[in-house]
Amino acid sequence: MYNKLYLIPLAVFILLCSFFWRGLSLNPHSLPAVNLNQPLPAFSVPSLTPKLTLDSTREFRGQMSLLNIWGSWCTACSEEHAFLLQLAQRGIKIYGLNEKDSKSTVLNWLQIWGNPYYMLGLDAKGLVAIDLGVYGTPETFLIDAHGIIRYRHIGPLTSEVWKTRFLPLM
Amino acid sequence: MENKIFTTYVIALMLLLVNTIFATEPLYTFASPKQAAQFQHLLYDLRCLVCQNQNLADSNADLAKDLRQEVYNLVQQGHSDQEIYQYLTKRYGDFILFNPPVKAITLLLWLSPGLFLCLGIYMFIRKSRLC
Repeated sequence: MYNKLYLIPLAVFILLCSFFWRGLSLNPHSLPAVNLNQPLPAFSVPSLTPKLTLDSTREFRGQMSLLNIWGSWCTACSEEHAFLLQLAQRGIKIYGLNEKDSKSTVLNWLQIWGNPYYMLGLDAKGLVAIDLGVYGTPETFLIDAHGIIRYRHIGPLTSEVWKTRFLPLM
Repeated sequence: MENKIFTTYVIALMLLLVNTIFATEPLYTFASPKQAAQFQHLLYDLRCLVCQNQNLADSNADLAKDLRQEVYNLVQQGHSDQEIYQYLTKRYGDFILFNPPVKAITLLLWLSPGLFLCLGIYMFIRKSRLC
């Protein structure tokens, strides 16, 4: 009879295979958000109308809202823009945070692509993005009525993602 | 004689490469050489999350540029390595560190090479006893 010890390498091999198989379907670029279920970090940035500053401790209260991080230099952002406009029309409150653009570039861009934002903050130096743990624009955060981050999506927001990831939490 | 020429070339090459981090970057100045060394060492220990196999020193991604600036600010403010790692992992998670921290969940990761080695030695000893 074969020594059962010879089964160990086989078992290890099968174990490794199962890990690697699982790994094939994982996306290394979608890291788990560290700040899930934590309050939005406090920030205050200049904003376009209607108010002069976007203060995270004052806004994002009372109803669920989205925080969309974008830039005019980011081509993927224009991909999701049409969908954001649809959401805005459905009554979803979308806060925008623009990265690294000048005010005139932002206004220009919104004129061309449309403005879905309830309020739009200007994070000219990208410092707020670092506080939020943003590493791949566009990113969209789902914030609940108390200012707690419930979900973060990296990449353009599509109706597929909206239905499967955002709606169940709302 | 050949050895001397070779050594001279190596030294010249090393001197050329010493400042490559700063070649296309804003020149970062520090109050002390200790801070400069800390900054350099931190950049090598932190991963660029966009180009994930590169560290912050090598990567050209926008995020890397922003994070270099952020690390520079933190070093200037006099924070320790631990504080800076904490600051960044609080925002980006453990993945930003090239050396995963030793926590309960990563214990298997750290111990498994040792465990495999022990297993291998055990099997080897058993096999040599049987023969």
